[in-house]
Amino acid sequence: MWRDAWVIAGKDLRIEARSKVALNQLGPYAIVVLLIFGFAFDQDRPLLTQAAPGLFWVGVVFSGVLAVQRSLGIESADGALDNLRLSRLEPAGIFLGKTVAVALQLVVLELLLAFGVVVLFHSELAGAGLLLASGLVSALGVAAAGVAYATVSSGLRARETLLPLLLVPVLAPIVLSATEAWRSALGLSAADGWRWLGLLSCFTAIYVAGGVVCFGSLMEET
Amino acid sequence: MRSSRVPSHALLSRALGWSALAALAVDAWWGLWVSPPDVVQGQFVRMLYVHPAVATMCYAGFGLCAVASIAWLWPRLRSPRWDRLAVAGAEVGAVFCAATLITGSIWGRASWGVWWTWDARLTLTAILFALSLGYLALRRAIATPSARATVSSMVALLMALTVVVDHYATDWFVTLHQGETLPVPSPTVHGWQLATMLESFVAFGLLFAWLVVHRYRMETLEERYDAGAYTLALRSRRSEGGSVAAGLTVAAKHTTPAVVLPGAGAGAGAGTGTGTGTLGGAAASSVSAQRTVEVPAR
Repeated sequence: MWRDAWVIAGKDLRIEARSKVALNQLGPYAIVVLLIFGFAFDQDRPLLTQAAPGLFWVGVVFSGVLAVQRSLGIESADGALDNLRLSRLEPAGIFLGKTVAVALQLVVLELLLAFGVVVLFHSELAGAGLLLASGLVSALGVAAAGVAYATVSSGLRARETLLPLLLVPVLAPIVLSATEAWRSALGLSAADGWRWLGLLSCFTAIYVAGGVVCFGSLMEET
Repeated sequence: MRSSRVPSHALLSRALGWSALAALAVDAWWGLWVSPPDVVQGQFVRMLYVHPAVATMCYAGFGLCAVASIAWLWPRLRSPRWDRLAVAGAEVGAVFCAATLITGSIWGRASWGVWWTWDARLTLTAILFALSLGYLALRRAIATPSARATVSSMVALLMALTVVVDHYATDWFVTLHQGETLPVPSPTVHGWQLATMLESFVAFGLLFAWLVVHRYRMETLEERYDAGAYTLALRSRRSEGGSVAAGLTVAAKHTTPAVVLPGAGAGAGAGTGTGTGTLGGAAASSVSAQRTVEVPAR
């Protein structure tokens, strides 16, 4: 399973490295989302600094939806998904491989968004350990839920609209707990950020485990 | 000649419907006139006779959906009836979830001074509603029955997980929403308030059961209609084999013929399989269209 995951993750990352879609399209999109938030709050600097963690994670989710759509989109072309089904790769390995590839892209996006938050919203990054841990765990959670739901909607005609409707409510617990962890790390809240990280890890574990168990059936049925 | 005997499922439906109506009337009577106003909440306590029962039926709907989904996913139990039960539970649960949000919002405005607050219980209920809409949208998007049942069953399990977290949200998080009103063995309400509240659970429970029975039956009828339309289209296509030229003439003259469909449509008759319905020109004309396209290939 792990070998299959490595093969799939390598394939997806090679495709991204060659096409540079994440770099050329998702990155600028994520920055545009931050700019739109800036316009929406009318350049109210204290409010933007206060809301920065929430806006950051909303940006990650919006970009994440596009990233997972792209990840399964490349399998829809030329019957690639059928070839994957017919290959001797384990479905759990395929799921883990795609999840890891999307999660790595999300980590890069998170770094870009964090830079944007510092520059545009004047946030001062502190509590590096908590920020880094919650960033990595939530990237994995968003990627796991995203890959599972993108697989569900990949064969459907209304997939572009159906995926956000299915996925965004599922990601709400991740956004909530990651936001609270970041608020704690940045000193904007008195709550214990490590407890929120624990909740975040629970949801991520559920999404990864659910994906590993269900991905084979999802691939067969869609 | 039409039999005057009423089928058992129709009798059950009628009994449930009339019982629900009577119980809701009693709930309204006790809730609005018999039960006294509360010392703290005054007249607003009357929402107690609607909101908790509606919220419980919302959980019951999604719970029913989850149980039926597990039964579908279990290979030894797999049967289309579980899928029908799952969609019935989810759809009725979504209706009660919307009612929960509306009644809760009204009560919140009266008690807290705001229509909405970002409380854990409220937020999770809103997420649950969004999940249920996604579940129903997903079902509409997948055409193959078995694929639809399997994929939506997996989504239903996640919905059930949200129900559990939502239910215990007032214990696990610091929330503005009050905790349980009826903790066993010492409820926080007594006398007529307790009686009316318990009666509201019976009334909305009967309404829930009535809606589930109807939705289940509707799903059965839809499946029969789809199966009937498919069989008819297949039979019609096979019968064309003899004369393509004659078929072309028919297609040119009758672009939208009406097709009699055994066991479909026509209200209650379709449920018993004795009635007849009419399939509009769509299926027949699509058959004709296929025929005209295939001629050059031959």
